[in-house]
Amino acid sequence: MDTISIRAPSMPSGGTKTQRRVKTRLPAAIALLPTALIVLVVYIGCMLWTVRLSFTSSTLLPKLDWVGLAQYSRLFANDRFLTSASNIIIFGTLFISGCLIIGFLLAVFIDQNVRGEGLFRTIFLYPYAMSFVVTGVAWQWFLNPALGLQKLVRDMGFESFTFDWLVNQRMAIYTIVIAGLWHGAGLTMAILLAGLRGVDKDLWKAARVDGIPTWRVYTSVVLPLLRPMIVTAVVLLTTGVVKLYDLVVAMTLGGPGIATEVPAKFVMDHLFERNNIGLGTAAATIMLITVVSILAPWVYVRYVRPQGRHA
Amino acid sequence: MSAAVPQGRRPHHLTAGRIGVYAFLVTAALFFMLPLWIMVVTSLKPMEEIRLGNILALPAAMTFEAWTKAWSSACTGLECNGISVGFWNSVRILIPSVILSIIAGAINGYALSFWRVKGANVMFGVLLLGAFIPYQVFLYPLVRIFSLTGIYNSLTCIVLVHVIFGLPTMTLLFRNYYAGLPIELFKAARIDGGGFWSIFLRVILPMSTPILVVATILQVTGIWNDFIFGLTFAGRENLPMTVQLNNIVNSTQGERAYNVDMAATMLAALVPLVVYFVSGRWFVRGIAAGAVKG
Repeated sequence: MDTISIRAPSMPSGGTKTQRRVKTRLPAAIALLPTALIVLVVYIGCMLWTVRLSFTSSTLLPKLDWVGLAQYSRLFANDRFLTSASNIIIFGTLFISGCLIIGFLLAVFIDQNVRGEGLFRTIFLYPYAMSFVVTGVAWQWFLNPALGLQKLVRDMGFESFTFDWLVNQRMAIYTIVIAGLWHGAGLTMAILLAGLRGVDKDLWKAARVDGIPTWRVYTSVVLPLLRPMIVTAVVLLTTGVVKLYDLVVAMTLGGPGIATEVPAKFVMDHLFERNNIGLGTAAATIMLITVVSILAPWVYVRYVRPQGRHA
Repeated sequence: MSAAVPQGRRPHHLTAGRIGVYAFLVTAALFFMLPLWIMVVTSLKPMEEIRLGNILALPAAMTFEAWTKAWSSACTGLECNGISVGFWNSVRILIPSVILSIIAGAINGYALSFWRVKGANVMFGVLLLGAFIPYQVFLYPLVRIFSLTGIYNSLTCIVLVHVIFGLPTMTLLFRNYYAGLPIELFKAARIDGGGFWSIFLRVILPMSTPILVVATILQVTGIWNDFIFGLTFAGRENLPMTVQLNNIVNSTQGERAYNVDMAATMLAALVPLVVYFVSGRWFVRGIAAGAVKG
């Protein structure tokens, strides 16, 4: 890829105008060179290398043989991977829609001229500053049935109360969703609140004159106006979903059993612990394909098409 | 809430709608505060009280023992030197990573917005796309490359990794900020005979304070909270605080000391929390600007 191609001036200095321009831009090209190298070697090179390895029978050490799609057919017959895939769909759907709904509600309620607005905003957003490990550990402690929420409610007199999702195979993934929502809802609130503050004040006056109920204005007029902010939030949340790893490791370690395994963890485990590079890179490639097919159109429209400054 | 009209004058008396608004906000606030509250009170209780008592209750016999233990003698696997080891490792990783990634982002952003280098936009596009690709796609080959060059599992290695994966956000952040500066400024400096570096250092950098603040907030919290890179590239000697916290909490043999776990968790959360509370609105601006805004 010729990301930065600067033709060396072949004539002595004081040549044509083009050559002078090339010369003055040389320092800029040199400054961009390290990044260009990283793009080539890491972002493109490592990616292709991973894809290539997924077609090999590599186990502990990388081999460069060719086994076609063998790793992929093993992958899609692998219970752990299929669970991971369905978990990330469950998590992604509930996490993104949950963050949007909670975030929107919080933003709308905060926008009602309330006292202590700054305090509420600070409280809703602080979890986002904390790491997923901290989030996972905190929720693991609160939701553990023996000493946490379940015991709390039972001690209050509801002897038969059961909340054992954390150790329940079928429900454990939802505890990850709860922790994720706690971590990310405030961010959505902050983004949408910024959008609400940008809504024209005359709109509210007009709506009041026409006697339109407030909730109606929010759902029919304001919500469509917030589209750019919603897109921003969805993109941010989606990258969070794809990266989901630390939270699971800290909270459940993929358990009970394999109930909360996720693709990122599947890849990490197979690459660095289970010594199955072929299978791990095949799973990584599936992640890559999924993400690119979701995000490529968006990145293209947003960044690549409008070229130049002020893009 | 139908009675509430935003942007209007604050009502003098509470209507049912206003009470509803506050009830919702206060309930939500309690939910968000709950884990922090539980962490704090648990960390201040002795173990007997944790076993028998109410998870929400204030400690009857408050003690900082768990904090001291978490800091200096909690076991992370075989070693029992507390999470302070991880804290200092994180500091040693954080400082060079933040400085270098911001320098790299500033130079890239400057070169991209003011100098038309052939192919630079293509490079930028690939870099941006790279920001969305899961790290798992790069990790194994990167480990091989670092092993071959002999820096795998070292401080240099983890710092380099943070700089590499900070490039998309940092470059985007500075590029967008510089694109908003008046181009006449740059043109005037060019006419005065300024070169690439002298314009950067004398004209552009002095105007960059706001974006430097945003970038610092973003990188400090991001790098401090990193888990996966620290785990993969830092090596046993340099494990950051997040990894050590996970080791303390999730690899304990025998009965778990929840008070020590929670004290360690609070300690690990402290730096980003301080950054968050001090930086206020800048924090939000950073996340929103860094991640997607064009």
